[in-house]
Amino acid sequence: MPEKSREYAVNAVLALGLLLVPLWALWAGEPFTITLATRIAILALAGVGLNIALGLGGMVSFGHAAYFGIGAYVAGILAQHAFLNTPVLGLPGSNQMLTIWPVAMLISGVMATAIGALSLRTSGIFFIMITLAFAQMVFYFAISWPAYGGEDGLPIYVRNQFPGLNTMRPWDLFLVAFGVLMVGLAFSALLRGSRFGAALMAIRQNPERAAAVGINPYGVQLTAFAISGMITGLAGALMADLTRFTSPSMMAWPMSGELIVIIILGGTGRLFGPVAGAAILVGFEVTFGGMTEHWKLWLGLVLLGAVLFARGGLIGLIAGKERHG
Amino acid sequence: MTAALFLEQVLNGLQLGLMLFLMSAGLTLVFGVMGLINLAHGSLYMIGAFFCAAAAAASGNFWLGLIAGTAAAAAAGALIEVTVLRRLYDRDHLDQVLATFALILVLSELTKIGFGPFPLFLDVPPILSGTVNLGIAHYPLYRLALIGFGLAVALGLWLLIARTRLGIRIRAGENDREMIAALGVNIRALYTLVFALGAGLAGLAGALVGAVQSVQVGMGEPVLILAFVVIVIGGIGSIKGAMVGALMVGVIDTMGRFLLPRLFGHFMEQSQAAGIGAALASMLIYVLMAAVLVIRPKGLFPAHA
Repeated sequence: MPEKSREYAVNAVLALGLLLVPLWALWAGEPFTITLATRIAILALAGVGLNIALGLGGMVSFGHAAYFGIGAYVAGILAQHAFLNTPVLGLPGSNQMLTIWPVAMLISGVMATAIGALSLRTSGIFFIMITLAFAQMVFYFAISWPAYGGEDGLPIYVRNQFPGLNTMRPWDLFLVAFGVLMVGLAFSALLRGSRFGAALMAIRQNPERAAAVGINPYGVQLTAFAISGMITGLAGALMADLTRFTSPSMMAWPMSGELIVIIILGGTGRLFGPVAGAAILVGFEVTFGGMTEHWKLWLGLVLLGAVLFARGGLIGLIAGKERHG
Repeated sequence: MTAALFLEQVLNGLQLGLMLFLMSAGLTLVFGVMGLINLAHGSLYMIGAFFCAAAAAASGNFWLGLIAGTAAAAAAGALIEVTVLRRLYDRDHLDQVLATFALILVLSELTKIGFGPFPLFLDVPPILSGTVNLGIAHYPLYRLALIGFGLAVALGLWLLIARTRLGIRIRAGENDREMIAALGVNIRALYTLVFALGAGLAGLAGALVGAVQSVQVGMGEPVLILAFVVIVIGGIGSIKGAMVGALMVGVIDTMGRFLLPRLFGHFMEQSQAAGIGAALASMLIYVLMAAVLVIRPKGLFPAHA
């Protein structure tokens, strides 16, 4: 399968590129480039999460900003309580990433399970609108709840810590994000190679046939949706630490659209699609954002062109349009 | 809480509901006939408001602005149908979501370029300014007119769909597009017309609401999401469902924001009650949507049962 090996080559180039460019920036003394690479890694991780629901499972969620935002709020809230030394729900806050991450994944996973359980009663266009609506519900709750900043958001005064690293240094934080992204990609690869992944893809292609061979479509899809929300939530916690700010806009609907864009630009269902997509999106923003304040006009036109004429995304263009998943 | 205040909130709810109906009717028609999910419907609402505000300011006449806003949105709708959306009817929903998301970006930026980055303001026409005495309360005449306007448009839409040849074709298109194409109906022209009709309704809603809030880029998306909630509740493709859903969402959202903080005020401190009440009220319609989904996953009036 030459296309397959070409995709592996593209993946290797993407992973190495994402590591080597900030390494060069470290050597050249360009911390801004390192921060950009960190942003790409974090957005890619969020995309890896969404890709499990959307790419593998065919569940077009237009509400993954909710989990991204919940992860970010967990990081912000725990850090605030650790900073002020006050308890939250009877427990102490935390400024340790290794504590914050599991909590962020747990809470976004619980929310994804609840929202998924309701949304998966429907499919197709209903599913898109309902996931969007529930994400807006979470968003409106966040902006009208005054205890954690409301519309103003929640600053993180001191970036949360990771053992053995100084996360205030851009390169150290990049290593954290890059490491988590690689673990996320490895998990995603394992998942798609597993029996569970095969069942999920079978359901996407034909739910009736999958049910006929003894797969429970609802259970498998709901599990995948929850896992997907957890990974996106983890990315949200990292993003809050990168920007040192938890903003309600992280869970507003344009974020959900951006996450879908990341997946499609890279190539739907491809393992490294989100990495390519996040790199394109951030690259586009930095390049054209510097030239014109109306860069989103051009982003929209490029997106339109990509949907209408280049359906396999970047990896599809390079590695050939073989399979969809 | 006085009866006057209560009546005022009920009327506000009805007004929101009817404006939501104008939005939802277009969305649900487009989905019913063409099978398309159009995220850019909110942008057409915005275009209607901007053109109305600009034309009203230039001519000094609100009604000219209203016509200009509706016509501009219908024209923009026809234009994007012919250039972009037409290619998406046989694509999957993901492609439709992505392309119409891209259209939001394009239309928002074009609006910023065309009208400048600052919000516009649209004045209520002199004949509809002031308040009207309802016996127990004074209510703004313009808001009352919005209710009347919404009802009139809803009636007109019903007559159009139930009583005219175009309406027969639209209903036939919902049932079986291949068949009506085989019967010699120009299906492409019909699609463009339906899309322009939906776009015009959205533009009209935007123009009407533009006089009670500021006209700015991004004003369409919150309304779009409410319209999604409406058609999920009402059943996608059903105009009747859109009407029932819109009124339910409008009234429940408005009354929730009004009543919940007062309700919580009975058993907790006032400032805390206001915060919690507001937060919960903002979730109320989504809870309603979830409840409808649990009982009737295809909405209250499923069009394609």
